[in-house]
Amino acid sequence: MAAICSLYIINKSGGLIYYKDYGSGGRMDTNDSLRVASLWHSMHAISQQLSPTTGCYGIELLEADTFDLHCFQSLTGTKFFVVCEPGTQQMESLLKVIYELYTDYVLKNPFYEMEMPIRCELFDINLSQVVQKDRVVLLGR
Amino acid sequence: MIGVGKIKQYSNVLDKPLSKGKQEVSLSAFAFLFSELVQYNQTQVDNIAELERRLEDAGYAVGARVLELLCHREKGNRRETRLLGILSFVHSTVWKVLFGKVADSLEKGTEHEDEYMISEKELLVNRFISIPKDMGTFNCGAFAAGIVRGVLDGAGFPAVVTAHFVPVEGQQRPRTTILIKFAEEVLRREARLG
Repeated sequence: MAAICSLYIINKSGGLIYYKDYGSGGRMDTNDSLRVASLWHSMHAISQQLSPTTGCYGIELLEADTFDLHCFQSLTGTKFFVVCEPGTQQMESLLKVIYELYTDYVLKNPFYEMEMPIRCELFDINLSQVVQKDRVVLLGR
Repeated sequence: MIGVGKIKQYSNVLDKPLSKGKQEVSLSAFAFLFSELVQYNQTQVDNIAELERRLEDAGYAVGARVLELLCHREKGNRRETRLLGILSFVHSTVWKVLFGKVADSLEKGTEHEDEYMISEKELLVNRFISIPKDMGTFNCGAFAAGIVRGVLDGAGFPAVVTAHFVPVEGQQRPRTTILIKFAEEVLRREARLG
């Protein structure tokens, strides 16, 4: 049973630049994933404005009945979020690791155009390794 | 001149020992700089072969300087004059100074007498680079190939040096092989020297 269902990376204007499905359930089609991405982008921005506390950076965790959504926003406004099973632990650190991979294998790649969809072989390879490792850790507990 | 300063004064700049240099630099800084180099050159060319050539030229300038520096620093102002000597100099000394490790392998080509190959499982310049599918066999290792050509040319071993991806069985990523094809005169001279 996979704990992580899907991973999204969205650029600072809300466009989906990376989407990966890990769930065994039904796959989302491209349009749906784009919609979720831009919806999340807007909700995230609104939550920042609505927050009663000052210096709020937006929603970090959304807990629903059937899933959890963990979000990490980098300083440049790129957002990473994973949809996972309720109560899955250590998603923050996973998102940080994914951010690290993004800075290494995407931003240091001369053939990547900023804000455009990510198509980097090395990023894919390393990402699947990290998610695999994470899954092993989860199963082991 | 005791008490003048902590740094010893040399009347002649040539007497001053050549510093070991900074042993390590940030890999990230290098990766970003190299990425910019590739991106800049990409805007200046209209085909991939031209881009490869430009990267090679950039490497050539590095190679020529590295040869001067290392001959002075490591070999007491002597340079290798024999084919195998200069190849192992590139494979070990040059590689160690530039990439922090000896190259994975140095082999002689099986088909041609004048071909040698230096292989790296993961070339430092390619560490973070994924080549898009539409660029075919393009390899940023052309920069490293240029360095090798610069060293060899400076030492009097003119050669054509190219970088290629070679798939390895059981590995997801291909390794990079730097193919060195020496000019005819080099082999003739080598044969004469015995």
